[in-house]
Amino acid sequence: MTEISGSDPLVRLEGVNKHFGPLHVLRDIDLSVGRGEVVVVIGPSGSGKSTLCRVINRLETIDTGTIVFDGRELPAEGRALARLRSEVGMVFQSFNLFSHKTILENVTLGPTRVRKISRQQAEQRGMELLERVGIASQAGKYPAQLSGGQQQRAAIARALAMDPKMILFDEPTSALDPEMVQEVLDVMTGLAKDGMTMMVVTHEMGFARRAANRIVFMADGQIVEEGSPSEFFTQPSTERARDFLSKILTH
Amino acid sequence: MEAVVDELPVILGAFWLTVKLTVVSGVISLVWGIVLAAMRVSPLPVLRGAGALYVNVLRNTPLTLIIVFCGLGLGTVMNVQFSRDDLSLNSFWLSIIGLSAYTSAFVCEVVRSGINTVPLGQAEAARAIGLTFLQTLRLVILPQAVRTVIAPLGSLLNALVKNTTVAAAIGVMEAALRMKNLFDAHGDAIIPIFLGFAAGFVVLTLPMNLLSGRLARRLAVVR
Repeated sequence: MTEISGSDPLVRLEGVNKHFGPLHVLRDIDLSVGRGEVVVVIGPSGSGKSTLCRVINRLETIDTGTIVFDGRELPAEGRALARLRSEVGMVFQSFNLFSHKTILENVTLGPTRVRKISRQQAEQRGMELLERVGIASQAGKYPAQLSGGQQQRAAIARALAMDPKMILFDEPTSALDPEMVQEVLDVMTGLAKDGMTMMVVTHEMGFARRAANRIVFMADGQIVEEGSPSEFFTQPSTERARDFLSKILTH
Repeated sequence: MEAVVDELPVILGAFWLTVKLTVVSGVISLVWGIVLAAMRVSPLPVLRGAGALYVNVLRNTPLTLIIVFCGLGLGTVMNVQFSRDDLSLNSFWLSIIGLSAYTSAFVCEVVRSGINTVPLGQAEAARAIGLTFLQTLRLVILPQAVRTVIAPLGSLLNALVKNTTVAAAIGVMEAALRMKNLFDAHGDAIIPIFLGFAAGFVVLTLPMNLLSGRLARRLAVVR
């Protein structure tokens, strides 16, 4: 596992609250993610995991509390917010590749338009990244021509192309056919080994055990329990976590 | 039939003016309509309100009123002039203003309905790689939105070709006004002249419809 610097976390959430109408989806969340750390967030559906992921690059706004990324509080809007987002990669459950652009164009759009690097350079780097996630041969195709697993790997390459300081994964394998889950998890495991800072919302307990530095267990909008994978999966300290694990690990 | 053949240069000249009215106001309407659609989906309430007000006023006013306003209100009362000595050029541009102002309101609504077909995730992904609102709109949302509404945009263009005849109200010598003049000169050949002009409009609009149908299929975004 990579070294984690504890003193200066990359992301720090303090007292974060968020409502959707009457629903209190995030309750007094305090959480830090260190540089190079892989945090896996698990919990029952509706527990606020995805929202937690989405507030970090402000795809969702928060009601109260503070979120600090890389030493600066999240900008509210405008160019400063766009700049922050360019430093935080995001991989969605439904891939969200740009349907009207080829796979390679998906990967080069951000670098050319946000980072303003030349098309040639962006394409060269884009091909390297597609190679890395194993779909270089699909570069000229459109998203709809690819399998779900290939699309999600392309989405990971798109996030990597921005050289992000961190990547958020919002249930990256939940929309995939079972036989395609592993190819995506393999890419993610590779990233974790290479020291990428990651926050992963997932139901893949095998991945959580293997790749996480820390498990965050959420229920009803709260962080109920945190710990190393070995601690959490063998001796969870809360009743809620024990109950959750018993439901998902028995079959 | 003889009258139609004799007057063919005059008729073709009138249709050439119809084509110019269509192309110029079509291009202006497309650009302005897309800007209006962008206003109507923008995060700024002021822009959204202004866009909605514009569309609802222009879309619900008869084109004849708008064209006559451009000719009399802008041209005569407010003295908006495009040419000091060429009166026909003046009314040409005044009618372009009217046609564009009117058609753009419809373009806006068609484009906006196209924007609504683009899944929210596309905009989220665009924002997540750091694109600004305008970049997201220009590079990700609008290209997909416009491709899905090519067929209805084609219908608007078709309507615009025929709507150019309203410019006759302020003396633009396009096809309809020329036809009326030819009726006066050839009272014995009203039916042939009428059929000639009707055929002229079909020649203009039919290929456009076929083209927009083909383009719509060719450029369709597969999800």
